[in-house]
Amino acid sequence: MSAHAEEEHFAGSNKLFTSIWIWLVLLTLIEIFLAYKPMSIPIMLTILLGLSIIKAALIVAYFMHLKFERLSLILTIVPMLVVCICLLFVFFPDSFRAAGLRYQFKEQPPAAEEH
Amino acid sequence: MSTEARAVHFPAADWGGGVHPYRVGHRKLGMWLFIVSDSLTFSALLIGYNYLRASNVWATPFPFYPSIVFSSVMTFCLLSSSLTMVFGVSASSRGDLKAVRKWILATIFFGVAFLVLHLIEWNHLISEGLTPFSLPAHWVSTFTTTDGQLPSPLFGATFFTITGLHMFHVATGAVYLAVVAARVKKLKHEDIEISGLYWHFVDLVWMFVFPLIYIMSVDVGGHLAK
Repeated sequence: MSAHAEEEHFAGSNKLFTSIWIWLVLLTLIEIFLAYKPMSIPIMLTILLGLSIIKAALIVAYFMHLKFERLSLILTIVPMLVVCICLLFVFFPDSFRAAGLRYQFKEQPPAAEEH
Repeated sequence: MSTEARAVHFPAADWGGGVHPYRVGHRKLGMWLFIVSDSLTFSALLIGYNYLRASNVWATPFPFYPSIVFSSVMTFCLLSSSLTMVFGVSASSRGDLKAVRKWILATIFFGVAFLVLHLIEWNHLISEGLTPFSLPAHWVSTFTTTDGQLPSPLFGATFFTITGLHMFHVATGAVYLAVVAARVKKLKHEDIEISGLYWHFVDLVWMFVFPLIYIMSVDVGGHLAK
């Protein structure tokens, strides 16, 4: 690839990148603010993960420049990563079952037999 | 239209060889694939961590100072390092090698600042008595539930594993960028871009580690201070 083609390839101005950085800092401040707001864990987790996904998307799209790459590269990388991460969640419901299996310690645990 | 004629008119034989179908070089594609695989590593660790949180009583011990203040400043450092890195890549596309080196050195500075702050934070937790497989005694007494369920001792294991692996990535990235800064005159623009991709990925991972590990573990009621 010629040097000229490479120069054209890197799109986005420093002004754009600075505005993205400001958005990222603002979203981080919102996260810290939310930490001290009383709310249930599932709602807190949903909001925090939502904000994190927005931040990650901004970083990938602008800082990592994926927005300016060919669609074929985006389609190769992003969907399969999303699908694989979703598949990792297959095991997650088991955590609620495991929570119910915890020993309650209502009485002293029996001493281990010596062999 | 015959099959042959259709083949001739098929636009840009991207997959026929001899061209870059993604319009990126093989090294950059390799870095993207590495980033995908590393994303899955961190995803697995973070999902495993959340599994443990959901299936156990979990300590939420982080006070506003030092933990949240430190981790917020660390986040600011990483975000700023990404900005300086993208400025460096932008300067590289203009062929301004002096500016490239300057911005990469600024990126390394922010990366090292992140590492130093993180190590201070680790040292603080270790001195409190946190180890990979046990909690400090006052955490156990504070976070034991009213029906006698003890907080999971795996807090330390998950905390040190995830933040430690991330710290390792930051340290590796700082060394990588130092090499790039030293050899900037010999490298092509795409090489600078590839180093930038790695650095932004390190920042990206922290965008999930920070809320899940730190924000979700804030000691909101100040229970430990009581």
